[in-house]
Amino acid sequence: MSEVADRIKEIIKPENLVYAKSPVLNDDIMHYCPGCSHGVVHRLIAEVIEEMGIQEQTIGISPVGCAVFAYNYIDIDWQEAAHGRAPAVATGIKRVMPDKYVFTYQGDGDLAAIGTAETFHAVNRGENIVMIFINNAIYGMTGGQMAPTTLVGQVTATTPNGRDVDLNGYPLRITELLAQLPGAAFVTRQSVQNPAAVRKTKKAIRKAFEIQAMKKGTAFVEVVSTCSSGWKLSPVESNKWMEENMFPQYPLGDLKDSSRADADLYRIKG
Amino acid sequence: MGELRLMKGNEVIAEAAIRCGCDAYFGYPITPQSEIMETLMAHRPWEESGMVVLQAESEIASIHMVYGAAGSGKRVMTSSSSPGISLMAEGISYMAGAELPCVIVNVQRGGPGLGTIQPSQADYNQATKGGGHGDYSLIVLAPASVQEMHDFVILGFELAFKYLTPVMILADGVIGQLMEKVELIDQRPRWTNEQVAEISGNWATIGKSASRKKHIITSLELDSSIMEQNNIRLQEKYSLIRSQEVRYEAISCDDAEYIIVAFGSSARICQKTVQIARKKGVKVGLIRPITLFPFPEKIIAEYAAKVKGFLSVEFNAGQMVNDIRLAVNGKTKVEYFGRMGGIVPTPDEVETALEQKLLRG
Ligand SMILES: Cc1ncc(C[n+]2csc(CCOP(=O)(O)OP(=O)(O)O)c2C)c(N)n1
Ligand code: SF4
Ligand SMILES: [Mg+2]
Repeated sequence: MSEVADRIKEIIKPENLVYAKSPVLNDDIMHYCPGCSHGVVHRLIAEVIEEMGIQEQTIGISPVGCAVFAYNYIDIDWQEAAHGRAPAVATGIKRVMPDKYVFTYQGDGDLAAIGTAETFHAVNRGENIVMIFINNAIYGMTGGQMAPTTLVGQVTATTPNGRDVDLNGYPLRITELLAQLPGAAFVTRQSVQNPAAVRKTKKAIRKAFEIQAMKKGTAFVEVVSTCSSGWKLSPVESNKWMEENMFPQYPLGDLKDSSRADADLYRIKG
Repeated sequence: MGELRLMKGNEVIAEAAIRCGCDAYFGYPITPQSEIMETLMAHRPWEESGMVVLQAESEIASIHMVYGAAGSGKRVMTSSSSPGISLMAEGISYMAGAELPCVIVNVQRGGPGLGTIQPSQADYNQATKGGGHGDYSLIVLAPASVQEMHDFVILGFELAFKYLTPVMILADGVIGQLMEKVELIDQRPRWTNEQVAEISGNWATIGKSASRKKHIITSLELDSSIMEQNNIRLQEKYSLIRSQEVRYEAISCDDAEYIIVAFGSSARICQKTVQIARKKGVKVGLIRPITLFPFPEKIIAEYAAKVKGFLSVEFNAGQMVNDIRLAVNGKTKVEYFGRMGGIVPTPDEVETALEQKLLRG
């Protein structure tokens, strides 16, 4: 342990650092497991907030899930929502403070199971918010149970023989569905397993916040993520498993890039 | 004197919300209270004052929108009827835990389940004992007139912000649909950003300025020793509310030998019963709890030493009667009379019950 600590101390020496930590990210040690995607996405959000200079105008909504404590790490005002209700909480905040930046940060259980209704209707209303969706195909926080996005055959605590379609139905590609909604402005699916992917995800998050500033509709960024603890794989194996199994089911790229639909397309004639 | 108008109970909730400078209403239609949101939508207050009115996809979404907006230091409300309030229980518990102010109107209908759309008071226990999970209480106001529907919106926001807690207006279908004369307050402005900062600037999530620490609105605390302290703080708040905020009306109680206890529209009926009984020479009084939490237990305990018995009259199977029994603590007889499932008793029916249960019993 102390050997590891010494190595980390060595790595984080100022002269070894290639870039500085954003001051919007505070110094608390994150509770995430090694190899978990949550920490990387937190950093990207903090960097975007810093670069856009919107720290004083941004309110985050943390989910129930491993990221419930996101509020400990990013130095902005936060509200912690009940499980799945972050999009409703964000709606409440944004509607009474339309000039603030409001974003939700949610896992797959939070956003695509218990909170499906809140997710769909917030996007369908075209709420001018950013939604960050961490899809790790599992319930990390509660000990690795099946998520709506769990793959067919994937072993979890509640699918010990692998997800069985007859019993559990299919992995939910909620992002594809949300891209169909006229309220969505920008819908994209990204990942953070290597520096190139991290850079792309950061660009997507930045774009999502910019769309919010333009009030063009909901900006939705899915990040296909790893849960090394839930998947019972090492961080390196997790990345490999994700690339081999998750990417074919959850292909990366932009699903929608326009703005909220024109109301006239939906208007009655008479 | 404010403007006088003849209005329905539900409509006046909307009118009072607009006039008192409420910032936002989030709701979902359900009988017998849909006129609240309909009236708000017809007024289009967002054009005048910027007040937000939004129809949510469910009562779950409504209450969590209330949570978000209340966390922004705004005066926010919602309304529903019994089945919808059950769905809100989650959010209400979270708001009590996170100490957020708001006003929730429950225009009760008969249950359980989908029940009936007729008036009822069967949500007394749900409202006064919390309703959701965890050790919490709401301040519960029980209007007995259209005027009180109006007044309690204003009082509700005052109490919600004084104690940072959700306040429930527990009405029923009778008061919601009743048309009466009401005196309206003059239009008040919504709070400015500066006022919000002054009133709620030490907790609201309105954007972290460089000069202060971040604000976090949450009910979560994994460290039990801190969580116990949080609970103790909540309980101290409820004790303070118990000592400061009891409201009731005592009618013809001075010389009474028997006292009826009734709230909301049940109290309206029982007022008539008191007149009928007194004409017959029976000395009956009426205590009408206005706050159901805090319950007016002191005044009931005081009369318990003087009267021959209490009759609790409720549109349910007997819920408030248990709170009366606790206050009376065995000192005198406490009986219950009520109707259920949307049936409202007549004053004569109550008078007969009084005779059977207390005079002859
Ligand atoms: C109403 C409610 N039901 C269940 C739970 C238990 N619970 C906490 S987190 C969670 C799932 C989290 O999974 P996900 O959203 O995918 O987040 P992750 O931990 O994987 O990031 C569940 C079921 C809860 N807190 N509240
Ligand atoms: S359990 Fe999974 S999601 Fe949670 S911190 Fe660990 S790796 Fe991340
Ligand atoms: Mg998950």
